[in-house]
Amino acid sequence: MAEALQPVNPTPPAAARRPLLGYAPALTLALFLTPIAAGLIGTWLPAFGYLPALGHDELSLAPWRQLAAAPGLGGSLRLTLVSGFLATVISFALTIAFLAACHETRLFAELRRLLAPLLSVPHAALAIGFAFLVAPSGWLARLASPWATGWDLPPDIPSLQDPYGLALAGGLVLKETPFLLLMSLAALDQAQARERLAVARSLGYGPVAAWLKTVFPAIYPQIRLPIYAVLAFSLSVVDMAIILAPATPPPLAVQIFRWFNDPELTLRLVAAAGASLQLLLVIAAILAWRALEMGIATLGRFWLTTGRRGGSGRAARFGAGAGMLAVFAMAGGALAALALWSLARRWRYPSALPDSWTLDNWARQGDGLIWITGTTALLALVSALLALALVLACLEHEQRRKLHPGAMALWLLYTPLLVPQVAFLFGAQILAVLAGLDGTWPALVWSHLLFVLPYVFLVLADPYRALDERYSRSALCLGAGADKVFWRVKLPMLLRPILFALAIGVAVSVAQYLPTIFAGSGRFVTLTTEAVALFGGADRRVMGVYAFLQALLPLVAFAGALAVPAWLFRDRRALSWRS
Amino acid sequence: MPIGQLELRDVTLELAGRPVIGGLSLTVAANDLVTVMGPSGSGKSSLLAFICGTLDPAFQSTGSLRLDGVEITGLPPERRRVGILFQDDLLFPHLSVAENLAFGLPSSITGRPARTARIEQALAEADLAGFGARDPATLSGGQRTRVALLRTLLAEPRALLLDEPFAKLDVTLRDRFRRFVFDHARAQGLPTLLVTHDPADAEAAAGPVVELAAAGARPATRPTTRPATRPGTRPEPGIAVPRPAR
Repeated sequence: MAEALQPVNPTPPAAARRPLLGYAPALTLALFLTPIAAGLIGTWLPAFGYLPALGHDELSLAPWRQLAAAPGLGGSLRLTLVSGFLATVISFALTIAFLAACHETRLFAELRRLLAPLLSVPHAALAIGFAFLVAPSGWLARLASPWATGWDLPPDIPSLQDPYGLALAGGLVLKETPFLLLMSLAALDQAQARERLAVARSLGYGPVAAWLKTVFPAIYPQIRLPIYAVLAFSLSVVDMAIILAPATPPPLAVQIFRWFNDPELTLRLVAAAGASLQLLLVIAAILAWRALEMGIATLGRFWLTTGRRGGSGRAARFGAGAGMLAVFAMAGGALAALALWSLARRWRYPSALPDSWTLDNWARQGDGLIWITGTTALLALVSALLALALVLACLEHEQRRKLHPGAMALWLLYTPLLVPQVAFLFGAQILAVLAGLDGTWPALVWSHLLFVLPYVFLVLADPYRALDERYSRSALCLGAGADKVFWRVKLPMLLRPILFALAIGVAVSVAQYLPTIFAGSGRFVTLTTEAVALFGGADRRVMGVYAFLQALLPLVAFAGALAVPAWLFRDRRALSWRS
Repeated sequence: MPIGQLELRDVTLELAGRPVIGGLSLTVAANDLVTVMGPSGSGKSSLLAFICGTLDPAFQSTGSLRLDGVEITGLPPERRRVGILFQDDLLFPHLSVAENLAFGLPSSITGRPARTARIEQALAEADLAGFGARDPATLSGGQRTRVALLRTLLAEPRALLLDEPFAKLDVTLRDRFRRFVFDHARAQGLPTLLVTHDPADAEAAAGPVVELAAAGARPATRPTTRPATRPGTRPEPGIAVPRPAR
């Protein structure tokens, strides 16, 4: 009997905690699917006239009729479709052309290293910097005037906020091309690209034809979801559109956003109908893209087997290299323009550089700037750390249980990137109001987490799964428990990708505009909301300060993600850069 | 056009200042099957990559490479007309068996009927008639190797390189596939270079053998007809020093 009271075989701590870890995937999914699902319901019901909080409790089609009758709707739709598809097609074509034609050039290796910092630049900062570049009185015009153009005054050309949304498409291309390039590079690593190219080249294929015919078919299925995400984003972006697209009529998403914020409360129903239309538009666009894919695949199959070998690809190499270089140069130029304006005391047209310099623009912002920066940084750190913890828990659970997540898991992960923000954030806000959470820190962090989480997962999953399993096994055989292996073996060995994922998380959070506005109920000011709000009204020097600082925060995070492991592992050659 | 020969003259490969291959000269005549043997790390794969034109830019190479009397050292891989069969069959998984073969077939054969007929004929010669529509993933290892060889030969190369193509095959099947590959190479009269570390491969090839030592080539221990290496460029001729792993 006494024996029965003795814990003969005490439960090891790892086993005790295992159930907790088992909840991680469900918790993670619930955290980001609940707001989206509830948000969609909370948007679709008002779209059909049901919004009890405002006294509308009968289903009707009136909001849709009002939406259809709204002046400028046709123009908004056209603007949205043109800029969205143009941006996606150009980003995609440029990425593929660059990979196909330049995969063995030095330029490729050089640009690859600039990819992460470029990717981290928030949309709003990039859009404002791009506007500073291409506006009629922008830096590009100043650099070329009057000696080359003869423009003594800013020319009268609508290079910004043009009625076709070309400026918006251009800004989107700067943002989306690096993203597609990054996702393609990740896919390339798993596609046996070197071997495929070696076979095709030895069979007599030129470099471009070899890449397009043997590597592209392998990576396309892997970048399909990122492309859909780019398409969805380009068709529904708000912050960049406020800066780069015309105001009357604006793109659909901006119009919806305006209706949601209109003091006239009944317009919320029209806004909800518009938000629902936005979702349908994105779904239709993705279906159209898919149909196009299938058509091209059929034609491509024929082209693959004609035996045509293609040429040396020199012209393609030059064209695609120049195009990609232009994207990187424009993005770099946009950042530089922000920095210059933030330091300019006077910068008359057409001087190529500011006429006189000052730090006053920064000093004058004073406490406000520090407060806003603090809010932005804290919000970014908290949501990135939470996302990191959830992602690590999910990945560790997956490894301990030897699970192999399928395509469904990937689609779920991409949900927040495919559903337009404007299509569900209003509904999610209603949910937050009901829960008494609106305008609070938890709501704000949660709203950022939705978008931070997928990126952190995408960045961390590959390195985590690729870590040689034998390290864990040998540690287990040495008597370490699963938890100890996680903390003492996996985390240190994966410190570099983990910190990189954290930096990505920070960058994604810093870039969020709509979630901050909706979940924060306008009570929280971040660098992003401030930069967008300042655009149009304030002078360029103040905009330069906020937008440059917004771009700087993620860069600081990336510098930290590089510096910390470099210092910690300074005496560990195997853990140094690139290993 | 008559098939000529593959000539390597004074080929040296260096990686970060360390010699990998030192002064290798070798002539493979039409219809000849020369075997290059050596332990792993002796530079076999680098030598093949050098001949194919896919050598990593980190390597420094000197020497001359001629095919049919024409210097091909500076040419991009696709213009060398050197076919290669790798250890892995590397059939493209996005294409069917017939489409993989069509990929190798030159575009000078035009028109769907003509191309299909040529592919059917090749499949039939390899005892694979009716396999055209199959997904390569559903084939056995031996069948895949055969398709890979057909694909290489359909591209009408002027020389053939074999990079341990039998290493991954079942031991019991190896003999048959060696014979299949060698017979096909001979039927086309191609100068063929086989790289392997399996003595059985060299024996089956029944041709000259060149052995690569640690940092260079040395004459084979067996009587051979045309292995020519130049003494003096090797640090320790005749002694196979194991190379430290890179």
